[in-house]
Amino acid sequence: MSGHRIVAVCLRYLYLYKRSAPRLMEIFYWPLLDLLLWGFITLYLARYRQNLPNFVAFLLGALILWDILFRSQQGISVSFLEDVWSRNFLNLFASPLRPGEYLVSLMIMSIFKILIAGAVMSFLAWLFYSFNFFLIGISLVPFILSLVMLGWAIGIATMSFILRFGQEAEILAWGIGLLFQPVSAVFYPVSILPGFLRVIAKAVPASYVFEGMRTVISAGGRFPLRPLGVSLALSASYLVASLILFHFTFQSVRKKGLLTRIGE
Amino acid sequence: MSEPFVSVKGLTKDFKALRAVDRVSFEVRPGEILGLLGPNGAGKTTIIHMLLGLTIPNEGEIRIFGLDLRTHRQKILQQMNFSSTSTELPYSLTIRESLRVFARLYDVKNREEKILGLLQTFGLLDIKAKTVRNLSTGQRTRLNLCKALINDPRVLLLDEPTSSLDPDIADKTRRFLRKVMTEREMSILYTSHNMREMEEICDRVLFLHKGRILAAGTPDEVVRFFRGKNLEDAFLKVARQGEDQR
Repeated sequence: MSGHRIVAVCLRYLYLYKRSAPRLMEIFYWPLLDLLLWGFITLYLARYRQNLPNFVAFLLGALILWDILFRSQQGISVSFLEDVWSRNFLNLFASPLRPGEYLVSLMIMSIFKILIAGAVMSFLAWLFYSFNFFLIGISLVPFILSLVMLGWAIGIATMSFILRFGQEAEILAWGIGLLFQPVSAVFYPVSILPGFLRVIAKAVPASYVFEGMRTVISAGGRFPLRPLGVSLALSASYLVASLILFHFTFQSVRKKGLLTRIGE
Repeated sequence: MSEPFVSVKGLTKDFKALRAVDRVSFEVRPGEILGLLGPNGAGKTTIIHMLLGLTIPNEGEIRIFGLDLRTHRQKILQQMNFSSTSTELPYSLTIRESLRVFARLYDVKNREEKILGLLQTFGLLDIKAKTVRNLSTGQRTRLNLCKALINDPRVLLLDEPTSSLDPDIADKTRRFLRKVMTEREMSILYTSHNMREMEEICDRVLFLHKGRILAAGTPDEVVRFFRGKNLEDAFLKVARQGEDQR
């Protein structure tokens, strides 16, 4: 064993962290997310354990819906990264392909991934836990639409960051979606959150979806029309905002000459 | 004289404080191979990226087939293509699948026929089911050239296309390009660090240094301009002494 060689390799990573804010953030990011998510779940269970008749349905339904959001985001950002990693990105944009056509293709691929992943998860939930996701009914379809739009918005924003900041922003493709999880009320109601996080949750369309899901699953729960409207409006707004961000970022990286350096 | 396929006027590109391309003007006529020559950092690749619309110039005008690139990018790119050592085709796809993707992107008619013809020409037919990941560097370069010719481009931009090819394949590639050019009206913009190759294949060359054109003309004219023995000699003089050589 050689001390100076071990130090050299450590130094190589320390230099990396010194110049890469996303990588440095990652050190704090995951523990913070885990602490928030599992802390609030624990709090929810401790507070309402006497009163949770459909808890299995709540959890499994939430898991499947969360996966839809996650897949729709990954369907955009990871598909884009596939082109970056294989150094094919320039070939695509040196062809007559328009950025809008590229985005539509990624959205189609994201739907494809959601359908496959959703079908597999629903089947496994039925097989292992006798939970029939489709019994929740057609009423969840508009909520799914809202989640997909939010996933696309996050995915397109991530793409924009990667275009602008290059390789070191790639880490966002895996982690940025999860940033929304603690304030999306996936596994617990918004009411369990402290005041300032409740305010943030109101601006997150997914929180209305998961609250809505619990209302639909609960016996006698009315269809949450108003939350659905708010959720769809917020998701659509974020999607439009992400498209505008992408448009301006794409123009900006062409001006700065960064488009041709993607993946370097 | 026929209208130029490519017409560039006063092209300038700054990257922060660095002027990568400085008021460059040139034309490429149908059936002509124009070589961009110069040391690293001369601005060759930046010019190619601007011709593809991948980088937006600070100043200047690019007209291709008489159309302004800023307003007719899709129409122009439909009739152009490029190959560069800095790009690859998707690793997980087979040779044939990769070309199918690009044949669709360029809306090529008789796709399968076209693909098989190109694979035959570049000696890739027997390995068409191999994934790009498993190809040698030379095979990848040939595949890039197949991609670059998939849409029968009228303007072809080749950025060091033969840099990783063995002399035999490099020679075949040059012959093939010459043959294609005699069969149909096509223009090529060619960059290479192989000076003998440039002398052999180019009708005219632009000698660039620090973003500016130092000399333009036939390879012989450029050699005479720098009072060199050949292009390589001229290149070395410029690379080592810069603009003082003028």
